[in-house]
Formats: sequence, structure tokens, C-alpha cells
Amino acid sequence: MTEQQPEGVDVNAAAAIEDEAKKRERDGWSDLLATLAESRSKSDFALLYKHFAPRVKAYIIRFGMPPAAAEELTQESMLAVWRKAHMYTRGKASASTWIFTLARNLCIDRLRREKAVEYELPEEEVDPDQRHYGEQAILEDRMSKAFSQLPEAQAQVLYLSYYEGKSHSEISEQLGIPLGSVKSRMRLAFAKLKSYWGEQDQ
Amino acid sequence: MISHHFDDATLVARAAGAMSEGMSLLIDSHLHWCKECQERAWQAEQIGGQLLDQLTPAELLEDSLSSVLALLDEDAPVATFKPRVSGSDEVPEPLAQLIGGDLDALPWRGMGIGLQQYDLNLGGAGACRLLRIKPGVSVPHHTHKGNELTMILRGSYSDDIGRFCKGDVADLDDQVKHQPIVDTEHECICLIATDAPLQFTGIMGRLAQPFIGL
Ligand SMILES: [Zn+2]
Repeated sequence: MTEQQPEGVDVNAAAAIEDEAKKRERDGWSDLLATLAESRSKSDFALLYKHFAPRVKAYIIRFGMPPAAAEELTQESMLAVWRKAHMYTRGKASASTWIFTLARNLCIDRLRREKAVEYELPEEEVDPDQRHYGEQAILEDRMSKAFSQLPEAQAQVLYLSYYEGKSHSEISEQLGIPLGSVKSRMRLAFAKLKSYWGEQDQ
Repeated sequence: MISHHFDDATLVARAAGAMSEGMSLLIDSHLHWCKECQERAWQAEQIGGQLLDQLTPAELLEDSLSSVLALLDEDAPVATFKPRVSGSDEVPEPLAQLIGGDLDALPWRGMGIGLQQYDLNLGGAGACRLLRIKPGVSVPHHTHKGNELTMILRGSYSDDIGRFCKGDVADLDDQVKHQPIVDTEHECICLIATDAPLQFTGIMGRLAQPFIGL
């Protein structure tokens, strides 16, 4: 069965991740974020802002936030980056993983808060475990190789999910395949990526 | 001892932020108690970091950076003033933020037939409720159009898949038809989040559906 490519998704984007220059750039952002807690440098923060804020905003828009709210949450997320910089550990997550996780938690937090008591996700959400310290660089390197080797059908469900925030059922509808197939592709993709993560794989 | 965990596909969707509010609440609640799922959730987040690097940037407001820079020096950010509600032995912290730490203190609504419910009234597709089920009582036989996540907070139940005790999650999709039954003389309280309406099968189920409204 041939499947339609979803619009606006470049399935070959994974190949670009391999690009050595990109990797160096990513490392550069992580280094900058890692020193922010010490330096409290506003010009460093401004650099991080110019790079990440537009991406964070693009990410937040996918949650269905109206533009004004997306801008506000983006600013809030970046402010949280400044405030929580001391919680960032260079060896554990790349700057982008850390910042996107912060932004995602803020979005979910916001959606819930509209209904409930004031609420802040536990700090552990951002930093749940110490066992990965130091592994992140190796992992990132292996993962970019793994991405480029995923079968297209598996890469596709990952992209629809992470890029477009589509739920399992929405992906199933869009691709015209059963819910179960969406989930098994996701499982396979995840298992394949994990198999590059050495002993953490089970 | 937790013995039933989330499907990888579920943790990927959570990391991608592609979950209904109720489902992400339920997932965070289980993660709060479960190291094993925390590990996999972390892995799923690493994938997200790599992929989201590739997003096409959105345009910011013109004064975006300057208005944030102006806030950097302000002390005591509002966000840290939020009162924290602690969890309890039965209510993991993310859930406690919404309902408090005491299950018995909730305004449960009876639904007859040994069932009570408390609706968390979260937004989005599907529903998120607490169900309180008397010993020996079973939830009507049903299938799902989408996904259904259940987390046990008190007691236990058994169904076609296995036995579920405190902390366990059942992660089901539209392929599963089941009929959970409380299997000890203690009541069972569980959190249930769906992303599409349940479909009850059998005469009892069809009678109960409009009433339960799950
Ligand atoms: Zn688990």
C-alpha cells in the first residue's frame, strides 16, 4: 500500500541531522546554555532567545494556542530558561531537548491551570533522573545515524507526532490506516532508535 | 510493585505533546510513581529534542526579546509563588494538584449499580474521570474507538488482560474489548482517561451508556 506524504513534512529531514556542522552548532547552543547559570549573561541569553524562541513558538502553535497566547507562552518559556538554567546539565540533554521539554510542560500546565488550582509541574519532570549524566553526547550521535535508517513509514508517524502534535487517532485518520498500525509503527521506530542506545535497550 | 506499564507508542505521543489533557495527566501521575516508565519517557524526549530542532521557526512579535530582557532582573517570579498541593499515598502529585490528596473527600456522584464517578472536567476530546467501584461489581463490557488509559489508585480489578493493582496502568486501544471486575472485597478507585467515547456492548452497556456518559 502506498501512503500519501503528509504536507509540509520532509521525511528526509533526518538525513540533515547527520550533518556535522549542525551537530557542532547544537553543541554550541548546549555549551552556551550550560554556562548561563554561572555567567548570568544577558547577551548570551539574547543569543539563545533569537535561536530558540521562534522554534518554541512554532512548537507551541501546534498545541492550538491562538497567536497572542503562543507569543506569551513563548516568552514565559524563555523566561523559565533564564530562571531554571541552574537545573540544566550539559551532559544529560541537549539545549533543544531541555528547552522544548520546558515549553511543553508550560503548555500542558497552562491548559490544566485554566481548569484547576495553581499548579507547577514537579521539577523532576524536567530532570527526572541522574543516571543519564554524561551519556547524552554519545546518544545523540548514535541517534542521528539511527534516524536516517528508519523505514519511511516509521519515520513518518514520528514526524507527524513530534512536528505536528497529531494524536494517534488523527494520524490514523490522516494516513487512512488503523489505529493499531499507527501504534505499532511508533513502537517499531522507538525500538529501533533505542537499539542504538546500547545497554539501556532491553 | 507496579507490573503493568505504558505502551511505547503512548510515551512517544506524550513526549510529542500530542495527548489530551486527561491522558497527559494520567501519564504524569504514573510517571510520578514508576521509574521504569520514566526511563522510557526520557528516551522519547530525546527523540523530540532532535526532531524539534528542525522545526520551521515562527515569527516573533517585534518587541518579543526586549520585553523578556526587561523582565530578567525582576525578583520573585510569579510562577514560583504557586501553592503546591502534595500528593498522598493514594494520589500522585500531579493528580493531587487538581483534586487534593484525599480520595474520600471528593464529591462522588452515584451512578447506581455499585459505581460512583467524579469528573475532572478537563478540556479536549474524550474524558477524564475517577471511577469508584464496589467489590464484585463490573464495568459494563465495552470497546474503545480510540485509546483508553486507566491507572489504579486503590484496590484492584481483573479483566480479560490480567490483574491490575495500585499504580498499574492499563493502556488499551480499539482492538481490546474488556469488562473489568473488582476482584477482592475492597472497593477499587481508578483514574480513566480516554481520547474518544467508549462503546459499550451488550444490553447492560447500552442501557448504562447514556447514563454514565463516559
Ligand atoms: Zn510504568
